[in-house]
This record gives sequence, C-alpha cells and structure tokens, in this order.
Amino acid sequence: MNKTVNQKGWLFVAPVVLLVAFNALIPLMTVVNYSVQETFGDNLFFWAGLRWFVDILASPRFHDSLVRQLIFTFSILLIEVPLGVAVALAMPRKGIGVSVCLVFMAMPLLIPWNVVGSMWNIFALPDIGFLGWALNAIGIDYNFTQDPVDAWFTLIFMDVWHWTSLVVLLAYAGLVAIPDDYYQAAKIDGARPWAVFRYIQLPKMRRVLTIAVLLRFMDSFNIYTEPFVLTGGGPGNSTTLLSIDLVKIALGQFDLGPAAAMSLIYFLVILLSSWIFYTLMMRGEES
Amino acid sequence: MLELKSVEKTVGIETHIHPTDLTLEPGSFNILLGTTLAGKTTLMQLMAGLERPTSGEVWFNGKNVTGVAVQKRNVSIVYQQFINYPNMTVYENIASPLRVARMSGQEIEKRVGGLAEMLRISSMLDRRPSELSGGQQQRCAIARALAKESEMILLDEPLANLDFKLREELRDELPRIFQERDCVVVYATTEPTEALLFGGKTAAMHHGRVIDFGPTGQAYRQPVNLLAAKVFSEPPINTASITKKGARFVLNDKVHWPVPDRLKSLRDGAYTMGIRPHHVSPLKVGETPVAVEGIVHIAELSGSESMIHFDAYGDSWVSLSHGVHPFDAGAKATLYADVSRCLYFDEDERLVAVSEQREAV
Repeated sequence: MNKTVNQKGWLFVAPVVLLVAFNALIPLMTVVNYSVQETFGDNLFFWAGLRWFVDILASPRFHDSLVRQLIFTFSILLIEVPLGVAVALAMPRKGIGVSVCLVFMAMPLLIPWNVVGSMWNIFALPDIGFLGWALNAIGIDYNFTQDPVDAWFTLIFMDVWHWTSLVVLLAYAGLVAIPDDYYQAAKIDGARPWAVFRYIQLPKMRRVLTIAVLLRFMDSFNIYTEPFVLTGGGPGNSTTLLSIDLVKIALGQFDLGPAAAMSLIYFLVILLSSWIFYTLMMRGEES
Repeated sequence: MLELKSVEKTVGIETHIHPTDLTLEPGSFNILLGTTLAGKTTLMQLMAGLERPTSGEVWFNGKNVTGVAVQKRNVSIVYQQFINYPNMTVYENIASPLRVARMSGQEIEKRVGGLAEMLRISSMLDRRPSELSGGQQQRCAIARALAKESEMILLDEPLANLDFKLREELRDELPRIFQERDCVVVYATTEPTEALLFGGKTAAMHHGRVIDFGPTGQAYRQPVNLLAAKVFSEPPINTASITKKGARFVLNDKVHWPVPDRLKSLRDGAYTMGIRPHHVSPLKVGETPVAVEGIVHIAELSGSESMIHFDAYGDSWVSLSHGVHPFDAGAKATLYADVSRCLYFDEDERLVAVSEQREAV
C-alpha cells in the first residue's frame, strides 16, 4: 500500500527533477568534468586532478578579481539598501501618486541589461555624453575610459541607478503591509519618527529586506553584461570583476580547464556567502 | 469624565458618525455594541483624539480637548489585532510607555512585574511577541495599555481574533482587571453576550448613530426602539406585526393572548412585538406559553442546544432552546412563545413598555 503511494509520488516530482537536472545539474556536471581535465583540440582530454583549482586559488589574478568583486558588491549593497529604504519611506501610501511612483520605479528594471550598459557608456563619455560633458564643464577632470577611479564611480552609479528600484519596491511592499494600528499605537505612546522606524517599520520590513539584500548580493556577484558594455573591464584591469575575468579566460584564451575550475569556485563563493547572509539575517527570527 | 458634544464625523460626502452626545463617567465600563461598520472604531478614534471631529466638541474632565493630539491625552488603546513591538521582549513592550514617561528603572520593574502577574504572563517576559500564542500576545498588549496611568482605555474588539477558549478566559478576567482603575473604559464588541457578561453601560450603535445608551441590563430589557432591540439580540430578535383588540393582542388572527395589566391603557391598533429566540421553545415552558404554528426551515442541533429556524405566519423566526429537539426541514411544528417576555413597539417602532419588570435574561 505504502509502496504504491510512494511510486505515484515520484511521478509528481519527476517534472521538477527533470527540469532541475537539465537546467542546473547536468550543465554543472559538464563544468565539473572540464575542471579536472586538460583539454586539447581533437577532443583530447588528459586527467588533471585538482591542479586547476590549486592554480586558480593561488593566482594573483583571481585574487584581484575577487577583491574587486567584493568591493563592488559591498559598495552597491551599502548604497542601494539604505537608499532604497529611504525612497520607499518617502513614497506616498495612497492616491494617484502610488501608481505614478511605482511605474517610475519599475522602469529601470525593464530595460535590457546591455542597453543599460550602452546608455551609460554614451551618457558618461567625456566628449559627447551629457554626464561626462557636464562634469568636465564644471571643472571636474572626468574620463571613465582612462581613469580607474572615474570608471569605478560610473560603474557603481550605473548599478545604483539600475537596481535601487528593486530594493524600493520590496521595501515598499513591506511597508504597506504594516497595519495602520501599529502607527496609531506608536502615536499614542508618543513615539518619535525615529522610534517608529526603528521599532516598527524596520522589524516589519526585515523579511523583505533579507530577500532584497540576498537578491542584490547574488545578482551583483553575477553581474557581467553592464560592466562589460560600459568599460569592458578597463581601463587596464581596474574594473575586471570575476565574471568578466572568467569569460576572458574561457572564451578569450580558451583555457577550458582553469575556466571551469574558476566557475566552480565562483559558484561556491556565491553559495557560501548567500548562506551566511541568510543565516545571519534570519537569526533570532522564529515562526 | 468624557463628554462628546454633538460630535460628528464626515469624510467626503459620507457621514461616518452622525451628531452624537455621550457622557462617560470615570471608573465606568462602557460597551459600544454594534455590527461591523456601525461606527464603533470611528467613535473610539474620535474619543481618543486620533481623529478630529468634523463638528462638535470633545471634553475630558471639564476641559475642551477637541483637536488635542492623542499623545497629549493620556489614553491607551487595545486593538483587535495584537499590536506589540515585534523585536522587543514582552518586558520591554510593557515597559515602553513607562520609558517614554521617563519613569525610574526600579519603578518600571515593579510596575511591569505587577501587570505581568495580573495578566498571567510573568513566565514569558523574556520572549518576543512572535513566540507567544494569540491570547498571550493580546495579554501583553493589554498590559502595555495598562502600564501608564491612562485616564481612558479603549478596547476595540480585543477578543475578536482569539479562538473560543482563550476568548472565554480573557473575557472572565477583563472586568476584574479594570475594576480597580478609576479611568473611563470603553469596550467595542459585536457580541451582545459579551456586553451582558461585562455589565456596565451599553451604547447600541447602528449606521454611525448611538441609538440607545444606558445600564447594560436596562438597555437589554428595555431597548428604546426596535432597532436597538435588534442590535442587542443574537440570534436576532423575532418580530411580528400584531393588533391590540380590547383586552387581547392578536397575531395573524390565529394566535392571541391577554394584554398585560400595565398595557391595558394602550389604545387599540397595530403594534410590533419582539421576542428573543430563547423565549421561544418547542416545549411548553415559561409563564405564559402561547402556541405558534410554524414550518421548519432548518433545525441546528449543537450538543445541548437546538436552534430552530422556522416560518411563523410569514415572518422568519428562530427558537433557541436547551435540549435536543430534532425537526425535519419542511415539517410543521408547534412552538411556544413565552409572551410574558415580549417587547411591544408602537407604529414608530418605539418601545411602549415591557410586559414584566423583572430580570429577563
């Protein structure tokens, strides 16, 4: 009796298993396969063991990319999350303003990523782009194609412009879900705006903010298209983030073994950090 | 003492509260009774100062407090939803109004301890609200409302979100909790039973008006009009058009009973009678049972009670009685109305008098 039930159960699970298998597991296994072999033309493969992993982990080039990646990710998190919450707090709660704000907020999210990169590339060009021209016009020596600091500034500015909306939308959803009674109760207690934020709004937004931070963390760690179109990793290697470096190795140099090993390390770094993030943010949160 | 002087609240073209006069004594337990959307919450918000009346004045202890902000009014509110600060412990939650009032640490500890004991949450002071059951969360919210020495405590259907057992428990404790306070307590509820259990005074509300206000027992036994009687009956009061012909009341030419002595002076004509479901029974009980022939819609039997919905000469009536009395749907049935418990209303639906002066609960 039990056995029949179990077998029926497999049928229900099968679509998901197949989907995950083709979508994630099988491609991942090919990568694992490449990462432990040396590949030559004519389908010649030689067993390499963990050599590529050891090489990658020891290579200064990987360290530099990883550090740049971490700096990028934490910078945008530090800017986008507080900014997103602030914008959400400032947004109207009812009336026509709500729809107007939501539409404007959603717009950057709807633009294809490579278009975002091109837009900002042109926008920031020192000779013909408005941003570049304006900055130079007011006396700031700005050229993101040559100066690493300018390139970083443009990169982060672009990401903030592109993705803060996501944090805003999530935080706003959390805010409007708080019943009015909470605000009334706080008013009766004579709580100041800061206390309302600290003891009601922030704790009530905790779940959505956890999701926002996780999404922005993972997405920014994976970011490729926009910086590739904007700076191509330059000037020099100054904005070469992990993903850009990976593509250079895999497609530029066609070193499939090291690229596969790097992919796996990259994947594990994201997985591990996301897990740590999630555990930290959900700590003390029961029910 | 809280006085509402022709307080009115309109939003746009909608009138939420029609001009209302109401005086609530300190140390009194006042119940706002009415269905959802009757205006109970709005009236409370006007009392508290969370809303400003469109016209009229609110006076508290002889001072005009119309438009004075709620935080300067020394009031507490307990809501239907369990409102506590989510990331504070129960202790900190109860202490929060005291901290705002800058009370000394020792004093706070003493006060919180006492309140926690009274509301039986002493063992949960270190927990957060999300780790408590609904009943405990509401106990915490009530303790928080009691923490500061409010001159007015408003409870807006505080038991509505609790399950039956927890509701009963807290319902029994509430009067005792508020007994020693010399503040104005206002309690909103949709349930007549709750009003009767608490006693005090009851204001029956309907569509933004206070239609009846008086000591709870009196408001129940002698509602000013038919509408007030309807608000204060659950299940709804049974009504029928009757005629007074000389010394007898006649219902549908078939059923008649003698006019009680005190009503002998009424002129003959059309009246409306009202009788609460628990005074209608399949058995011949009560002092003056009068047989009513009806056709049963449905008989709901729940444990030791029977609720019989039936058609009595064109009016839908309900009988609520002890014991199990099964009836088939569509069956003819004879039920007995104890007419000594009848309420009589004139053509304007005002109460003319009750047939007995005694307790009719």
